Amino acid sequence: MIYTLHVNGDAREVRDAAVGESLLFVLRERLGLMGSKGACEQGECGSCSVLVDGNLVCGCLVLAAGAVGQEITTIEGVAPEGSPSDVQQAFVDAGAVQCGFCTPGLIMAAHALLERSPSPTELEIREELSGNICRCTGYGRIIDAVQRVAVVRRGDA
Amino acid sequence: MSAVDAPVGLAGRLGQSAVRPDGVAKTQGTFEFSGDLSADGFLWGATLRSPHPHARIVRIDLSGAWKIDGVQAVITAEDVPGRLTYGLISHDQPVFAHEVVRFVGEPVAAVAADHPDTCRRALEAIVVEYEVLTSLTDPEQAVDGSFPPIHPDGNVIRHQRIVRGDQTIEGPVVVEGTYELGMQDQAFLGLEAALAVPDPGGAGVELHIATQWLHEDRKQLAACLDLPEEQVRLVLGGVGGAFGAREDISLQVHSCLLALRTGRPVRMAYSRHESFLGHVHRHPCRVWMRHHADESGRLLRVEARFVFDGGAYASTSSAVLINGITHAQGPYHCDNATVDGWAVRTNNLPCGAMRGFGVVQACFAHEGQMDKLAAAIGVDPVEIRLRNAMRTGDHLITGQVVESVAPVERLIRELAELPLPTEPVGGHDHDPMRLPGGAGLTADPATIRRGIGWAISIKNLMYSEAFDDYSTARVRLADGVATVKFATAEVGQGFVTLAGQIARSVLGVGDVVLDRIDTHIGSAGSTSASRQTWMSGGAVDGACRLVRERLFEHLAAVHDLEPFQLAIDGSDVIDTVGTLRVSVAEATAGLEFDETFEHHHRPTEDLDEFGQGNCHTAFAFAAHRAVVDVDPELGLVKVVQVATVQDVGRALNPLSVTGQIEGGIAQGVGLAVMEEIILVDGHVRNASFTDYLLPTFLDMPDVVIGLVEEPEPQAPLGAKGVGEPPTVSSTPAVVAAIRDAIGKDLHRVPVRPTDIVFG
Repeated sequence: MIYTLHVNGDAREVRDAAVGESLLFVLRERLGLMGSKGACEQGECGSCSVLVDGNLVCGCLVLAAGAVGQEITTIEGVAPEGSPSDVQQAFVDAGAVQCGFCTPGLIMAAHALLERSPSPTELEIREELSGNICRCTGYGRIIDAVQRVAVVRRGDA
Repeated sequence: MSAVDAPVGLAGRLGQSAVRPDGVAKTQGTFEFSGDLSADGFLWGATLRSPHPHARIVRIDLSGAWKIDGVQAVITAEDVPGRLTYGLISHDQPVFAHEVVRFVGEPVAAVAADHPDTCRRALEAIVVEYEVLTSLTDPEQAVDGSFPPIHPDGNVIRHQRIVRGDQTIEGPVVVEGTYELGMQDQAFLGLEAALAVPDPGGAGVELHIATQWLHEDRKQLAACLDLPEEQVRLVLGGVGGAFGAREDISLQVHSCLLALRTGRPVRMAYSRHESFLGHVHRHPCRVWMRHHADESGRLLRVEARFVFDGGAYASTSSAVLINGITHAQGPYHCDNATVDGWAVRTNNLPCGAMRGFGVVQACFAHEGQMDKLAAAIGVDPVEIRLRNAMRTGDHLITGQVVESVAPVERLIRELAELPLPTEPVGGHDHDPMRLPGGAGLTADPATIRRGIGWAISIKNLMYSEAFDDYSTARVRLADGVATVKFATAEVGQGFVTLAGQIARSVLGVGDVVLDRIDTHIGSAGSTSASRQTWMSGGAVDGACRLVRERLFEHLAAVHDLEPFQLAIDGSDVIDTVGTLRVSVAEATAGLEFDETFEHHHRPTEDLDEFGQGNCHTAFAFAAHRAVVDVDPELGLVKVVQVATVQDVGRALNPLSVTGQIEGGIAQGVGLAVMEEIILVDGHVRNASFTDYLLPTFLDMPDVVIGLVEEPEPQAPLGAKGVGEPPTVSSTPAVVAAIRDAIGKDLHRVPVRPTDIVFG
């Protein structure tokens, strides 16, 4: 089947797709947007987090053909390549990245959190990001990265 | 000095918290993991796996798969051109099951097709007729010989005793216990994936693979493919975590076979379910221990018996066994020991390497024993450990002298000084999210009890038993830029950061280029056993020093000086009498210095029949203190804080050290209270992230860290490996804290709610 998805501001035609393909599969394998990762295929790990009409969702749980007419934002749409967003730079500086497989999903979730709640408490960060699993870091440096961004955005630093 | 306030030109050197060179790419999704790689005209590969833990293969009919449009290859054991088996220590594992399957998930066939769905349908169309056999799932039946061999190599993978000192000494204080550990999964996030690209005519193959050890993979691959090693070229695909699970072959041989058969590139990518079946796990283990001590609690003799369930194939079980039994005494002085250990074969999932490698099992047991000993003589858990603390120069129960820095007493004393959590049960603001079980369950703050537990560990570094696990690095210096080449698998730990720090420190350069990580250089050994900072760090350091010697020789000749008068100062070369100062960039303009270095650690020995011998290279120590809140009625646990002091030698990158410690503790907490692969008669019941529970942001406690930096004389950079110790003793600390909270003798991890309520 043929349909059009709106991804990162562009209309992208999807050709030859089977109807059952997930948004994650279509983004990666049909549109070449490999930044979203798959690690569980059942919405437990958050590695495939993308925004659909501004809502943070797991791309593995959304049918691609069902996202026609909605605005999709992936990690590739967060900031230009080589010009990291404040959250992306804070992850690097704070040591929040090890293997990096969970990182794109966490960047999406952290941006969404800071949009909703510019000054999250530590418990709020833990709760809001608890849909994203990281196996390397133990989360401490990720919490630090999010707090660093919140401080800078408030103008406290 | 932090990286931030370092003088310009000195940023990113040893001792500073340099940031990852791949960090921005990883945050932007542009870093290529092995599962992101593609090639023109590629096919997808997929694996058919056994549904039975033990069965004879009566018949395989592939014709149904061939009838499906888009299927390009269907292969079985008949299609393996070279050696039919592989394995890290003994090659006892079939590439594809031949005549018999020995675990649920054992590969039986593989297909290549144009779409993952085509692959799935092709696998479903393959008919395999099985005659189901009785399964060996109780490791004790392998030990006692009551079950017929399930493999030509027999059911005992290895048996080893340790007999040291006075075998008759008893009491006066005796404590005894049996401890069990469930099967833990490494659960790296980046699933197994590879891209195999065949050479024209099938003369060779290039494999892009997420692995821990490129050269070992190549050796096993070449034998199975019946190709010369030089025709099998491996390139490290981006690795999404490893933790031991990528030390063994998974899809390497299958993907190359399919590529060579079809003449087209083949991508393979496991699902999470398949990943649980497709790699080795942490060994389930039963440990019995009896400690004899004097009235003051000083250890007189340790008796122990270990049974490691290796599952269907050997993998590294024999080495895991030796690690377990040789660490039975823990970080304590003890002159006499009677230890017996088995690693056995069963029809359970194969087990091998996972962070801590046998020592996790030993530590859970010896730390449970130390708490029992403390209780028996009426002192607290800190005091019993201080009275027995190992020191540099002490003997292990193998007779080996601990030459490593062994600051056990200091670790304990400094850990005791770290602050306890100020947060009351339920948190300062009585938020139910802070209660055991979180907001969704119904823990009553009034009934919650808080406990504190301690655990200390000793962990060997590098490989043991006469294995020369060397590492190789090549450094080229030209026009002020250092280019560093190595085959060291970067799996997330940050060796790519450290390599740059070393080159900048030794050569005074600002710019360091890291060459592609592949087999176009000598082996780096495995990214495991907490060894790469020491081994590959030593190799990069050695190559940089050789390059620096060549540079100094050149400059000395030009300026009529002696090479020994020259030194690197910041980004300049100077001479010691102050007549020369020239920037490294200027000094190397138009020149190239190119050197390769292999770092070998000192030799180790095999153990003799009494388990005596200098079998290990070096040791690192760690101390953990856990604080937990427990609901004794619902059996729910919240780990509130884990504090640790770790013996790191020298923190070459404090931020990376912090990351290793926090991440390692997360895996230790997981084993303590959450993580277990549930097997019922050899069948896996929870091969998904819905059912195999990993610590999330809400499960992870606050972590408080202290470092002991006493540079290790043996280590090339003074630094000990830091990856494994956090995982080793955090688990027993958490369990000790639960015991302290509820006053029950918990002897199994993960601790389940039923253990707390009914145990």
